[in-house]
Amino acid sequence: MVETVSDFVQLLTPEGVRTPSPDFDQWVSDVDAPQLASLYEDMVVVRRIDTEATALQRQGELGLWPPLLGQEAAQIGSARTLRGDDFVFTSYRENAVAYCRGVDLTDIIRVWRGNAQSGWNPYDIGMAVPAIIIGAQTLHATGYAMGCQQDGVDSVSVAYFGDGATSEGDVNEALVFAAAFKAPVVFFCQNNHWAISEPVGLQAIRPLADRAPGFGVPSMRIDGNDILAVMAATRIALERARSGNGPTFIEAVTYRMGPHTTADDPTRYRDAAELEEWKAKDPILRVERLLDSLGLFTAEFQAGVKAKADAVAAELRHGCITLPDPEPLSVFDSVYTTPNATLDRQKAEYTAYLASFEARDGQNSDDVTDAASVTAASVNAVSVTAGGGRL
Amino acid sequence: MSTLTLAKAINAGLRRAMQDDEKVVLLGEDIGALGGVFRVSDGLQAEFGARRVIDTPLAESAIIGTAVGLAYRGYRPVCEIQFDGFIYPGFDQIVSQVAKLHYRSRGAVKMPITIRVPFGGGIGAAEHHSESPEAYFAHTSGLRVIAVSNPQDAYSLLRQAIANDDPVLYFEPKRRYHVKGEVAEELGTSMESATVVTAGTDVTLLAYGPLVTTAADAAVAASDEGVSIEVIDLRSLAPIDYPTIEASVRKTGRLVVTHEAAQSGGIGGEIIAAITERCFPFLEAAPVRVTGWDIPYPPAKLETHFLPDLDRILDGVDRVMGR
Repeated sequence: MVETVSDFVQLLTPEGVRTPSPDFDQWVSDVDAPQLASLYEDMVVVRRIDTEATALQRQGELGLWPPLLGQEAAQIGSARTLRGDDFVFTSYRENAVAYCRGVDLTDIIRVWRGNAQSGWNPYDIGMAVPAIIIGAQTLHATGYAMGCQQDGVDSVSVAYFGDGATSEGDVNEALVFAAAFKAPVVFFCQNNHWAISEPVGLQAIRPLADRAPGFGVPSMRIDGNDILAVMAATRIALERARSGNGPTFIEAVTYRMGPHTTADDPTRYRDAAELEEWKAKDPILRVERLLDSLGLFTAEFQAGVKAKADAVAAELRHGCITLPDPEPLSVFDSVYTTPNATLDRQKAEYTAYLASFEARDGQNSDDVTDAASVTAASVNAVSVTAGGGRL
Repeated sequence: MSTLTLAKAINAGLRRAMQDDEKVVLLGEDIGALGGVFRVSDGLQAEFGARRVIDTPLAESAIIGTAVGLAYRGYRPVCEIQFDGFIYPGFDQIVSQVAKLHYRSRGAVKMPITIRVPFGGGIGAAEHHSESPEAYFAHTSGLRVIAVSNPQDAYSLLRQAIANDDPVLYFEPKRRYHVKGEVAEELGTSMESATVVTAGTDVTLLAYGPLVTTAADAAVAASDEGVSIEVIDLRSLAPIDYPTIEASVRKTGRLVVTHEAAQSGGIGGEIIAAITERCFPFLEAAPVRVTGWDIPYPPAKLETHFLPDLDRILDGVDRVMGR
């Protein structure tokens, strides 16, 4: 499968030249110089986040990191068009989307440091717990959209997923349901060409966007490295959803320039030449060139963007290395919404087990009283959770 | 108070839950105009509309997955899985999403989803229509699992399940759908609690779902031979009401567990292990399991050789009595 420029919608060439499009231009006519500069800054900042997080992983501060390097335009361009009352359901690579939704930086790395299975409260930023199971979130987005429909509001849900996910049954079922119920959902597929080591050609022998019309879902295939094309397409899809005309499928053609995660080694399965080819289509570089042609890419502007990116990276690093380890007994928290006798018993057992070490340690120190009181508290907890009965 | 079949009692429970809370929506295959293949949702779409009683395309993963999205949005979805053996395409969404999202979100996202599943055999059905998959879900942290045995519990426990903020697998004994009983519009005792169906002193006999009636029949038959059986209807398979079981076993010293599901890795084995841990000094004999065999559900002409029945349960009682 070979893409050429004519295969997709492109408003900004890799050389930074604005190309007119009668159908799409109207959707980005408001993007003036300051807004363009702001979009550029966001892209640079999230690339800096990627660099910093990768460094933190190499330094042993993070267990894993999934870089989005190369997909900045696809994520920033789409996420910046959303409203606060919209809701996004993503995979694990959408850290730029999280950034646009206003996530606390420490919450981005909480998962990858191994402290929690999620970072943020989904209701605070309108973004669900990222799905690790590939494609599962497309059904959640569809159900959420059905809820918006039922509530009579014009909020929209957006499902972010990749080319690999399109082979999953859940994505296909989501398209069936979204079409059947005309749900206000946008299926935003980032075709980054690689599902770990498997090329997109293994998932699909035709462009992914071609599938959606068969489900009754209109689709667009756009240059995912062109932030203007991404914004225009997303706005078209959002407007369709808000006005009661149902779902849209967007295939944003982009490229995963980095590894799948920091545990991956792409040199085992892809050509260096392919990466070079895509470096020339870098999503940030072309906006840089456009800004330059407009006389906006001044030394002062560049210094401002760099300062912002460095500040964000420093905040991320600080949040990461100062994040306290979770309390041992918090392992039992939030399994159920209400107390559960079976779990309470196991927690009591483990509490007593941990306390037995503290008591033993305490005998070797001056602080016997404290250790004993911990044990007493644990025993007390045991009888309380058992309702005072025999354990 | 009125006399209802078990199926009608579920229908009444669904209606009441939908009247009480407009966030309760039903999703499933054929649940609208048809009223479900067992007519459990009969008349509900006419009463509440197609937006709240949603006939879905045929995709179990999507039924559960869209329910997750609706729950994110603040709804209380009640999903119908048409037959026990059809739940597996939805298994990933149940285990990886429904069960874990409250934990994964550190308590921020609730999943008040009820998944109704007609289960069990004894109706001469085709393949995949007679299974008992409850142990998979009882094994999964984050889920509550209920199995009802009579019209009153069907009504009361369904209302409790729908009102509960945790996800609940609600198993309906399909061969008892037409059994009638008195149903009061009350919530009854906690759905986490087991109930003593027949008091006894010699043997504790645990059952749930379709086999509770058979177990009660066994108690009557055994009493003719001078053996006093205490029959307990578990009702909740996760969590299990151990205090009620322990109290009974301390009294009888003998335990028999029966279920239609295969034996290995089943509910019976788990309960026997737990009771052995907790009541070992009180046990007079090794506990006994009377269950389906470790085979795929057999063809209809052979199902009587798979399902525990009155005689097999009594045989189990004889064994635990050392007779």
